[in-house]
Amino acid sequence: MTSQELRAGTPTAPGHLAAPGGDGPPAPSAPPTAYRMSRGRWWREVGWRHVVGLAAVAFAVFPVLYIVSAAFNPLGSVVSTDLVPRQLSLVNFQALFTDPSRPFGRWMLNTLVVCTSVTLIQVTCSAFAAYAFSRFRFRGRRGGLLALLLIQMFPQILATIALFLLFTDLGEVIPAIGLNTLAGYVLVMCGNAFAQVWLIKGFFDSIPASLDEAATVDGAGHATIFFRILLPLLVPILAVTSLLAFVGVISEFLIASIFLREAGVRTVAVGLWSVIENDRSNNLGLFAAGALLTAIPVVLLFQYLQRFIVGGITAGGVKG
Amino acid sequence: MVSQQLRPAPQESPASHAAPRGSRSVPVLLLKVLVLAVVISTVVALTPALVAAERWGFLVFFWVLVLLVVAVYATRRAIPLKYLLPGAVLLFSFVVYPVISTFQVSLTNLGDGTRATREEATAQILGASVVQAPDAPRYNLSVATTGSPSAGPYAFLLVDPATGEASVGTDEGLEPLPDATVTDGFVTAADGYELLTPVQVNDASAQLADLTVPVDGGAIRQLGIRQAFLGSTPLVYDEDAETITNTDTGAVYAPTLQGDREYYVSADGQRLSDQSWAADVGLANYVRAFTDARILSDFLGTFGWTLVFATLSVATTFALGTVLAIVLNDRRVRGQKVYRSVLLLPYAIPSFISLLLWSGFWNTDFGLINDLTGLSVNWFGGETTAKVAVILTNLWLGFPYMFLVVTGALQAIPEDLKEAAGLDGAGGFTGFRTITFPLLLIPTAPLLVASFAFNFNNFNTIFLLTGGGPFTPDNPTAGGTDLLISYTIRLAFGASGAQFGFASAIAVLLFILTGVVAALQFRLTRRLEDVI
Repeated sequence: MTSQELRAGTPTAPGHLAAPGGDGPPAPSAPPTAYRMSRGRWWREVGWRHVVGLAAVAFAVFPVLYIVSAAFNPLGSVVSTDLVPRQLSLVNFQALFTDPSRPFGRWMLNTLVVCTSVTLIQVTCSAFAAYAFSRFRFRGRRGGLLALLLIQMFPQILATIALFLLFTDLGEVIPAIGLNTLAGYVLVMCGNAFAQVWLIKGFFDSIPASLDEAATVDGAGHATIFFRILLPLLVPILAVTSLLAFVGVISEFLIASIFLREAGVRTVAVGLWSVIENDRSNNLGLFAAGALLTAIPVVLLFQYLQRFIVGGITAGGVKG
Repeated sequence: MVSQQLRPAPQESPASHAAPRGSRSVPVLLLKVLVLAVVISTVVALTPALVAAERWGFLVFFWVLVLLVVAVYATRRAIPLKYLLPGAVLLFSFVVYPVISTFQVSLTNLGDGTRATREEATAQILGASVVQAPDAPRYNLSVATTGSPSAGPYAFLLVDPATGEASVGTDEGLEPLPDATVTDGFVTAADGYELLTPVQVNDASAQLADLTVPVDGGAIRQLGIRQAFLGSTPLVYDEDAETITNTDTGAVYAPTLQGDREYYVSADGQRLSDQSWAADVGLANYVRAFTDARILSDFLGTFGWTLVFATLSVATTFALGTVLAIVLNDRRVRGQKVYRSVLLLPYAIPSFISLLLWSGFWNTDFGLINDLTGLSVNWFGGETTAKVAVILTNLWLGFPYMFLVVTGALQAIPEDLKEAAGLDGAGGFTGFRTITFPLLLIPTAPLLVASFAFNFNNFNTIFLLTGGGPFTPDNPTAGGTDLLISYTIRLAFGASGAQFGFASAIAVLLFILTGVVAALQFRLTRRLEDVI
């Protein structure tokens, strides 16, 4: 693999998205040297690497240990929580779902609804646009691509004030999408509808155009080519972009905190923040339990899609 | 990543030679009809409300949208547009337009106390001056809402006991309500309105006390939970002169600028009311930002730290990521897959969770950091320690990304290049510095700049960790770890009162600075393209 292939979202084939996947080169189970290393030499050349690696693992993992420990600690306070749990109990998880003043189940559902809708809309719009930019030559194509690149360098939160005022006004005439509605919040988040265009376009460009031509000869229209022929080939990149979009929305805090003020419409991000803000020292267990329930599915997805993600982020995908 | 994407697509245009045909399949046709029908019927349904509220801007926008949708999807032309329109409309509505609108807001004094238009403010002043005469007519009142019972907007559903006729009163005025259900002299149901229970009316009493229904010669206001009265006022608004006259005293109040706000003020300098309204102030907000010494020093100080924060965030994460990648990327190291999976964790956990967790770690008395290290530092208490804590937390959040990126780049460097370097005697660190590192930078530099740009406006990290603090007692608006973005947001939505106009001016300046960063990003990637 050359450095060029790494540089952009133009993997030569779906499999190549996985830049540093696997264990590197087809790792020989024995060291490449013909003779067995002495113990001293192993430490000098390989062993110390494990020491550094394990130190990094400890650095990466200790907050995770702490949150697991806090979640299962029945006392739930900061004072009583250590890295290693001394007692195991599920009271924090039960408390999450029983107090109506902090409807965690509702927040989870809200987050799921918001993230799923935004992800669907964002990935659909991006895939459509990527198809147009990759397969058609039209006036303004290059300009459009550059404009997209430019616009994306300005994060949407810079315009929070204007968005707040816009939705205050909109809500007065169309209450269904005003402030304090999930629909309104979803709409705002959909402003990033084109966030994944470049990534998907790179993938499109790697699919030979002869495929489309053959289909055109057979009488297929542009929509048939897109939905029937190209879409199935896009699945790996759609999986990665969906995950990046989903996680980006899960962690969105600023606009959610300004738009979703009532407890019933909050997302997990705003809800858990309010739990911590209310009582930092005694709500730790609750927060940790909620955080675990939120993070576990995301982390599992990341692990499952790991080899695709590495290709995706080197091609410029940014998680929020 | 930019560099390669700026080049023409690899296989230039074979697809464009094959004439694309329109779609004739039934499902696609059905989808088209469905989308068209939904869009048109939605806009048609919205039109009366928009007209009634005189929201001409929205009205024009929605009908232009309909025309666009019809022009693009009901015809066989403009095939690329069929794929671009949905996302483009969303991008325009919720990113491009708000950006333009931010600039417009920055030319006004919009904020707490100035959200209303002058007409609305005038109506409120007149309404508030309404007093109840002993023989004032009364109405039977049911409070209703077209929004939510807790937030409004509210309306008075009134029944005149004399005639039994129902009407609806809002801050716009009084209108007949012929289709309301009236039971025992009270409205008990009306289309489009949700009636409030007495408890809800009580909860909303503060807002309801401010609700006045203007009518000729006075206004209708609430009098308890079940009653309203028609009161009169000595104030008269002269529409041509745009002044308010008090008919009892003869005093005339005219709109007058005081500070950055307009009030109704009489000739002898008396304010009629502290109620102000939105007004254009030109470039006053920008002038204030650059001439008020306190604001200028806040702005420059925050800008400086923003640069330091973004630079250090990139530098530390890249350094740690690179070291780890180089150390672990050796084919003799077993378990690389396990290392990678575990090191991925900080990147995979949603960042708001990690940040909230870490904000507790830095606590002086019970925080994990002091616990593990045996220190008793009040991390968020001092500016320097808070900055160190912020950078270290961001290092934890960001190093896995750099580790993955650099590992990928390392594995892409041809093995024979490293071997050749080894033969030339460039072993160890020299080989790394002269051969490996430059090769690493080519694919990663654009990502480093992107990471810089991301951290430049990294609101979440600052807000969820330190909230921008520590603050000094004499300066509650700019904290020790504030980035420009968190500083701006506090001006707009902070506890000390919203200053939308001024905050928008700061946001516009932030746009410009972000634009400079973006331009650098463009240039750098272009130059790299030349290098390769």
